[in-house]
Amino acid sequence: MRFSGLRLVKEALTGHRGWEPLWRDPDPQPRYDIVIVGGGGHGLATAYYLASVFGQARIAVLEKGWIGSGNIGRNTTIIRSNYLLPGNEPFYEFSMKLWEGLEQELNFNAMVSQRGIVNLIHTDAQRDAYRRRGNAMRLAGADAELLDRDGVRARLPYLNFDDARFPIKGGLVQSRAGTARHDGVAWGYARGADRRGVDLIQNCEVTGLRIEGGAVTGVETTRGPIGAGKVGVAVAGSSSRVMAMAGMRLPIESHVLQAFVTEGLKPLIDTVITFGAGHFYISQSDKGGLVFGGDIDGYNSYAQRGNLAVVEDVAEGGMALMPMIGRARLLRSWGGIMDMSMDGSPIIDRTPVEGLYLNAGWCYGGFKATPASGYAFAHLLATGRPHETAAAYRLDRFARGQLIDEKGAGAQPNLH
Amino acid sequence: MLIPHPLLGPRDAQEFTYLGDAALMNRPDPAAGEDAFCDHVYLRGNPAGVHRELWFHEQGDRSWLVVTRNTLTHEILGAELATDVARRSE
Repeated sequence: MRFSGLRLVKEALTGHRGWEPLWRDPDPQPRYDIVIVGGGGHGLATAYYLASVFGQARIAVLEKGWIGSGNIGRNTTIIRSNYLLPGNEPFYEFSMKLWEGLEQELNFNAMVSQRGIVNLIHTDAQRDAYRRRGNAMRLAGADAELLDRDGVRARLPYLNFDDARFPIKGGLVQSRAGTARHDGVAWGYARGADRRGVDLIQNCEVTGLRIEGGAVTGVETTRGPIGAGKVGVAVAGSSSRVMAMAGMRLPIESHVLQAFVTEGLKPLIDTVITFGAGHFYISQSDKGGLVFGGDIDGYNSYAQRGNLAVVEDVAEGGMALMPMIGRARLLRSWGGIMDMSMDGSPIIDRTPVEGLYLNAGWCYGGFKATPASGYAFAHLLATGRPHETAAAYRLDRFARGQLIDEKGAGAQPNLH
Repeated sequence: MLIPHPLLGPRDAQEFTYLGDAALMNRPDPAAGEDAFCDHVYLRGNPAGVHRELWFHEQGDRSWLVVTRNTLTHEILGAELATDVARRSE
C-alpha cells in the first residue's frame, strides 16, 4: 500500500475501508541474524537502514511495550544541527540531511517542518560563543545566521526584549531546523522496516543476554529465547539496565526530563525559540498547542515523571521570555528518561562482548539524531566499522580522555 | 520531594544540590592505577530501584547527606550525614 493524494481521495470517497495496518504483528522466530533491542526511533531506524541500505536480512526489533511508547513519543519534536564540536556537528548535519529526504524515502508523512530555530543571545560573551558555533556549523555544511537585536525583534516581536536579568541582544538562527511529528517518525520507520521483512515484535521485553565464550548468541525475552548472530542495543533511558545483563557498567546516569503542552491556540509561534539562560524552549504544534520544556530534574530517575519544582522553573522561564503565554492553560505534562552521559554526547560502538553493539547516551537530544543514529548504527552492525560521521562516539573515549563535551561541564551528567 | 535531614528534619529537595551515586565517596587508593580512577570518575551503577546518593544542603546547613531513594518511585527511604557514613567505613 502506497500513500498518495490520489489514494486519499479514493479512500475518502469509499468510506476509508481500504486502509491496511502499517506493519504485521509477527511471533518471534527462534533465530535472527541481527536482533535490535528497543523499538524506539533509533531501533526502528537502525532496522530500516540495515534492510534498505546495507542489504541485511533476518532482522528483528524487540520492543518491551508498543511502538512509539517510549522516548520517541515523549520528546518535543525538534530537529536541528546546531552543534559546535567536530565530533558532533557533521553527525547532526548528516541527520538533518536525512530528515530533509525522509518523507519521500519512507512514503510517509512525518510532518517535517523546517520552520527554523532561534537561540537567543543575552551577553557579549554569549554572542561570541554563538558566532563561533555558527562558523563551526557552516564549516560542516550546515546553515547558520547571526541576528542582532533588531533582527530578532523583526521576527519575534512578542518577546520580552528588556528583561532586567536577560535582555535579548540577538540570536543564532538555523533556518533548516524545525520540527517533525515524532510518532509519525516511529510509524514511518516501522512501516518501512516491516515492508523490507523486518519482524517488529512488541510486548517482548529482553530479560537476559546469552553470552558464551565472550560472544553473544541471543537474548532471553518474556516471549522465550531468541538466538542472534549480532545484538544491537538501542534502549536509551534504560541502557544501564540492559547492559548490566552483560556485566557492563556504563558512563551513564538515567535522568527524567519533563515536557509540556498547552491547549490549542491560533497560530502564534512560527519557529522554535530557545532561551537557554532561562531554562526554557518553545515551539507550536500544527494542532496549535504550545510545546515547551526546560532542564532535566537533575537526580537519577526511571520514573517517567518529574517534580513540581521543575514545572515552576520552566513556567517562570516562559513568563520571563514571553509574558503573553501566562493566560494559556496547560493541557498535559509528562516525563521521559534520558541516558545522561558523562560528556553530554552519545555512544555508538561495539562492546567488549563479541557481537554485542551499543547505541546509547543520547542525553536529551536523541530525537533529532534518529535518522543518523539509525544509519550509523546499521553501518556499524553491518560492516563492523563506525560510520564516518559517528567515529568519535566510542565507548572507550572516556578512558582515553577524548571527551566530546559541548558544555565543558565534565563528568557530572546533570549539568550537561 | 522531602529529604529527612538528620539534624534539621524534613527539608524540600529544592534546597539541595545533587551530585550523584554515593559510591563517589569511595575514592580509589592513589596507587590503584588509571583504570580504577577511570571507573571511579566515569562509570556508574545507575540502578532502577534503591539508590544511595549524595545531596548537598546548599541553601541550608551546607552539610553533605547520603540519601537512600528509589529511582523508580522517587520515594525517599532515609538520609544520614555523609560524615557519619565516611566514619563508619573507616
